[in-house]
Parts: sequence; C-alpha cells; structure tokens
Amino acid sequence: MLDTGEVERLEVSAVNSAQLRQPLYAKRTKIFPKRAVGRFRSFKWIVMFVTLGIYYLVPWLRWDRGPYAPDQAVLVDLANRRFYFFFIEIWPQEFYFVAGLLVMAGFGLFLVTSSVGRAWCGYTCPQTVWVDLYIAVERFIEGDRNARIKLDQSGWSARKLALRITKHSIWLAIGVATGGAWIFYFADAPTLFMDLVTGQAVPIAYITVAVLTATTYVFGGLMREQVCTYMCPWPRIQAAMLDERSLTVTYNDWRGEPRTRHAKKAAAAGQTVGDCVDCNACVAVCPMGIDIRDGQQLECITCALCIDACDSVMDKLGKERGLIAYATLADYNHNLAIATGGGAQPINPDLVRDESKKIRPEFLNFSLRELLRVRTLVYFAAWSAVGMLIVYGLLTRDRLEVNVLHDRNPQFVQLSDGSIRNGFTVKLLNMIPEPRTVIVTLQGLRGAQMSVVGLEQPEDRSFAVHVEPDKLKTLKVYVRQPAENIAGQSQYFNFVVEDKASYETDTYRATFEAPEIVK
Amino acid sequence: MSEKHIDEISGVATTGHEWDGIRELNNPLPRWWVWTFYLTILWAIGYTIAYPAWPLLNSATQGVLGFSSRADVKKELAAAQEAKASYVSAIASKSVEEIQADETLRTFATAAGAAAFKVNCVQCHGSGAEGSKGFPNLNDDDWLWGGKITDIQQTIAHGIRFDTDADTRVSEMPAFKEMLQPQEIKDVSSYVASLMGFTVDETRIEPGKVVFAANCASCHGANAMGMQDLGAPNLTDSISLLVHSEADIESQVRAPKHGVMPAWQARLGESTVKELATYVYSLGGGK
Repeated sequence: MLDTGEVERLEVSAVNSAQLRQPLYAKRTKIFPKRAVGRFRSFKWIVMFVTLGIYYLVPWLRWDRGPYAPDQAVLVDLANRRFYFFFIEIWPQEFYFVAGLLVMAGFGLFLVTSSVGRAWCGYTCPQTVWVDLYIAVERFIEGDRNARIKLDQSGWSARKLALRITKHSIWLAIGVATGGAWIFYFADAPTLFMDLVTGQAVPIAYITVAVLTATTYVFGGLMREQVCTYMCPWPRIQAAMLDERSLTVTYNDWRGEPRTRHAKKAAAAGQTVGDCVDCNACVAVCPMGIDIRDGQQLECITCALCIDACDSVMDKLGKERGLIAYATLADYNHNLAIATGGGAQPINPDLVRDESKKIRPEFLNFSLRELLRVRTLVYFAAWSAVGMLIVYGLLTRDRLEVNVLHDRNPQFVQLSDGSIRNGFTVKLLNMIPEPRTVIVTLQGLRGAQMSVVGLEQPEDRSFAVHVEPDKLKTLKVYVRQPAENIAGQSQYFNFVVEDKASYETDTYRATFEAPEIVK
Repeated sequence: MSEKHIDEISGVATTGHEWDGIRELNNPLPRWWVWTFYLTILWAIGYTIAYPAWPLLNSATQGVLGFSSRADVKKELAAAQEAKASYVSAIASKSVEEIQADETLRTFATAAGAAAFKVNCVQCHGSGAEGSKGFPNLNDDDWLWGGKITDIQQTIAHGIRFDTDADTRVSEMPAFKEMLQPQEIKDVSSYVASLMGFTVDETRIEPGKVVFAANCASCHGANAMGMQDLGAPNLTDSISLLVHSEADIESQVRAPKHGVMPAWQARLGESTVKELATYVYSLGGGK
C-alpha cells in the first residue's frame, strides 16, 4: 500500500457546509472548482458537446418541403402560426402535440429522477451545461484552482486585467452565440444571420439576443451555483421524486470512517482506520461548493465529479473505487448497518474488510436490476403511453378539414318560389404545403342544392374548389331546399369534402333550419 | 444615544431606539436593493424629462423625446390606410362588376360593405339584413327594383322615392278608393289574395280578374309577376313586403303605403356605395 503522503492534500473547506451556513444576507464565497478527470467527467464532456451541438446547429439543418413551405428543419414560424419539425408540420389548433411532449418531459423527469436521481441537474440542465462551459473557459484562461485563487487574491496588474478581459470577452461571446442561436429557431436562419450582421434585422431580434446574452453571462459566469441553490424550484421538488431506491451521489462513510490523514501512523499504533484520507479532493472539484461527506444536501446536483476525484485517489492508494459512488439509500443503510454491527458501535473498519483487506462480500454495490421497480415501470409506462398517443395522433391526423358555421341572423330565408335557404360559412383547411382541388358535397337533405358566393356556377349538390397550399379557404355557401322536401324545423345533413387525388375526406354535420310552417 | 449597542441573542447591531427595554435590530437592506432603488429614482427623473409627465395649468410637459400616444395612433391609422390603399383605389376606379369578378377585391369589398351596412343600414333592414314589414329582406331573391349588382348599386346610391335626389327611383301606386267601387276593390283583393295562396271566396275571383286586367296589369303585369323597372312587386310569389292577409291587400289597394329609402351616394361616397352593393349582392342578389 502506498503512503497517504503521496496523495496531494488540498487546503479547502466546503463553502456551503452546514456548519458554516449563515442565515440570510450571507455574502457569496467564491468557489474555484478544481479540474476533475475520470469517467463521469468524460461523460459530461460528451453530454455537453451533444446538447450544445444540438442547440447551436439544429436551426441550420435544412429539410425540403417543396416550393410552398420553408426549408428549415426546425422552425417556429410565429408570424404565420406554423411549427415545423422535420417532416411534421403543426397548425396552432394542433398544439396538443406540443402539450403531449411537455407531459412526456414531465414523466421523463419523474422516471429519470426516481431511478438515477438528479441526473437532469447534474448532466443536461442548461444551467449546468453552460456553467461547465464557462468554468472550462475560465480554467483555460486563468489556470486551475490554485492559480485562479492566487489571481483572485492578487492586486490589479496588467496581467490580471488582460486575463480577466479575455475571460469575460469569451464569456460574452458565448452568451451572444447562445442568444443568437435561440432566435434562429424563429426565422430562416441564414437570412436572419445576414440581417443580424448587416444591422437589418428587426429590433426584437437584437433585444432577444441582448437579453439572452445577459442571462447566459450572468447565470453561467457570475451566479453559477446560486441559480441552482436559490432560484431553481427543482431541488425542492426532487424530494418528492426520490425514494430509498433512487441513485444519489453518496459518500460511503461505512468504509471511509474513521477518516485520518495519517493512516500509516495510525496503523503503526495498531488502530484500524477507514479508507478516507481526508485529502479534500472531493470538495475541491465540487462546482456547488459542498462537502459530499456531510451527507445528502440540497445543493448537490449529482454531477459526480467528486466520484471521479475520489476514484483517482483510491486508485493511487490501491484501494477499491467507490468510496464516493452512486448508491441507493437502501444499499447504503444496509452497508452501514453491517459496518456498525447493527448500529451497536461506531463504524468499525474491521467489520468492513476481511483478513486479506478485501471488502467483505455481504456489502452491496449498485446493480442495474435495481432500476426495475414498480415505480419506475409505472413512470415508463405512462411516458411511453403518451409517446405512443402522440405517434398515433400524428399518423392518423387529418390534413384536410372542414369546419362549418351556420348563419345566425337570419337563420333561414324564404325565397320567392317558397323554398328555404340557409347560409353557411364553410372553412376548408388544406394542411399540406401543396395546392389541391377539393370536392365539397352535400350529403342528405333531400332535394337540396347549394351555391357558393363568388363562384358563378349553377346550383348543384357538389362543386370543386381550389385551395392554396397550407392555407385556409373560407366559402360563403347557400343551401336551398324546395318547400315540398322540408321535413321539420331542424334537419341534419353533412358537408363532405374530398381530395380525389389523395382520397382524404372529412365530414361536418350541419343543421338545416326552416320555419315552423312553410307555405 | 450615541454608543453602539449589539443585541446579545442575534449579534446584530441595534438602531439605538429603545422603548421599555425593547430595541430595534438594525438589519440594513442589501446593497443591491438600495442601489436598485436609487437607480429607479434616477430613472424616474430621466423619464419625466424624456416623456410627457408634469402637469401644467392647461397642458403638461411634452418631454424631450416628443412622444405622444395620439401621434402614435395617427401613425398606425395612416399605416392601416396605406396598407389597404391599393384596394381602396382599385375599388374607386373599377365598376361593381369588375370588383365582383376579382376574388381578392370582392372579399375586401364585401368585408368593407358589411361594416358600412352595420353602421348605416341595420336601422331599417335589420342586423342580418333580414328586414321586417315594410322594409325588404335583402337575403331573399325577390328584388323590387332589380337584384343585379348594378341595380343594387343604383338603389343604394340614389334611394327610393327620396325627393332630394334627382336620380332616385320613383313609382307610386294610385289610391284606388277614389277610382274603384267598393265591390270592385273587394273582388280584385280576393283575386290577388288567391294568387298569393290565401283561401278566398271563389265567386269573387273572376270579377276580380277583370278589374285587375283593367286597372293593375299596366304596372304589375298581365300575369301579376310585377315589373322591376317600376318597382311594382310580383304578386304571385311567397314573398310580400307589406301584405300578409286579404285585409292587408284590400287596404293597400284602397290607400297604398310606400316605403322610402334615402340616397346614400351623397353621404357615403361612391366607393362605400360600391362596397355596400357588393355586400348586399353577396346576400341574395341575382335576379
């Protein structure tokens, strides 16, 4: 076994430790997270590249929809009230698809949180991702933890000024890019980009970029962990989502305690000590400024950087990884009970390790099987049910619709030959980006004929209408029924619309009103 | 009190105020809050200089930016006028038939006409143009003075029996109580009532027919189908403006009532009349 002296010991204390926590008005103590290396850090880099890549690049993807629709793959066209998502086009009245996505996001968050804890906070939350990026920039410019602390404490010099200006400029540039990418979702990206650069874009575009630049810069660069701790409601809500089978980043004190900085001396003195060498590596890397060894805390976003830090120390010491690890509360309690002899004594390392200094087999490690439990399965079922409903809705939705409004005043008119006429406003919705000819037909209502205002055609029971691509067409339709065919004050009949080319049809059930006595 | 007193329990300084041994803790507001507050004061001063603010005796300070919500409204109205200028000028220069043939123009004119109708016409014709006794229903296909779009335009422009307009439509049915015997009036009323589908005394129909041919056919036509040039109504269809019984018919023959419609061109201008004609035509025009 290596001497603990080979492990660098860091002079650090947890900024947000419970012992130090003051009531209100506490001034923020700066946090200088140290660089972490390990599998979770690598995973976080990947997640950052993927999420930021999606965010910045998606507006630039093209998707050919023909000559009558924009060719941007993802576009929220507020001016024309259309939402384009690759091959899907949504009209405002179909907003329930988006609502469905939000419901899925909700269930997804429940599912993820109840199984792997605050993974959203630790890996994919925009606040976390951008703070990670901003810290990476800061580290690149100013150096790692110790260099940054030294720079922070030193007086103003040309070097410090240069470093600070460089850092803040890059931060602001990232902010501008963030705000810029946002507005590209709402207009044709290449056009808007040129307009932005040449100063011809609308004021709201510049205002949006400015506001998002400010929020990105302030939240990501200046406020950082305070956003999570003080502003975000999610840390409070998560309490309801987590249970004793959920994964959280846990300091396994059953094998760490009693911690000592002088393991060799203690061993020589015949004392048995735990695995924790009190090197504070876990505290130094924490972007939230907490000491995970204090136990579960509201501030912990489970970014797992302390796991990486501790694992590399354990590797150096030649001990098993996982002194700090993802663990469930149930497993932790089980393990702690063994290490304390059922709670009868303080943690006793002799109960943890056998004669060959191996951790005894009765201690539990997390296994993937634990993810399968009734709660997560129910969330998953609800999540996929909503997803399948959305897919079903998308596959079966109408792209040709008819809506009919009966004239209210007058409800009916008697014509000179005694026949009764009703007026209708018929709206044809051509929801595909192609022009088409739609046949509108009367179904039912014996003897009735209809005419369309502006369409100089003789009365008929059916007529063809040209509808522009991706547009609504409003027709004023008069339906006339001879007096001898009238069968009651209210008769039901159908307006049927049909596209002969695609065989799409839609039907609207309307009423035909007539006076009590027709003479 | 000048010396600083620190509260023992909270460790916070007090303001120095003391009432019966109770002291007020001095928890100052956060700096950022105070500075934000000062900033809002500065902002308010700047605002009252830049924008209209301070009331004077008869008006208020105008502000150096020259902002005025009234001017903004004017600008917006001007922009709206500008936006529809091409339609307005097209309507002014084209005939109602040309407007009718152009789908975009027709849609615009119909909407504009509907708005003008709501202001000027609903008082007599009803909000749905459904009319009432003495005021024609514009939704049906029975037109006293013609239902072609040009006929409708002429009627709206110059009115009916509207004395001050030289081009107004004029016709007057004589009061036959001076010219016919009471029995003849009863007979012709019964005849007309039979044409309109009322049940009548059969013995009066033939004599009534004779009276009709001699006195009424010149305007209402030999077959009583009316004559639009004279505004003489068709007496054989299901629609009647004034009469809904044999007694109504008799009273109309004795001393007829005549409706009057104002001429609108002088008041509303030619373009609005064209829009009104387009709208009314869309309701039931044609014959």
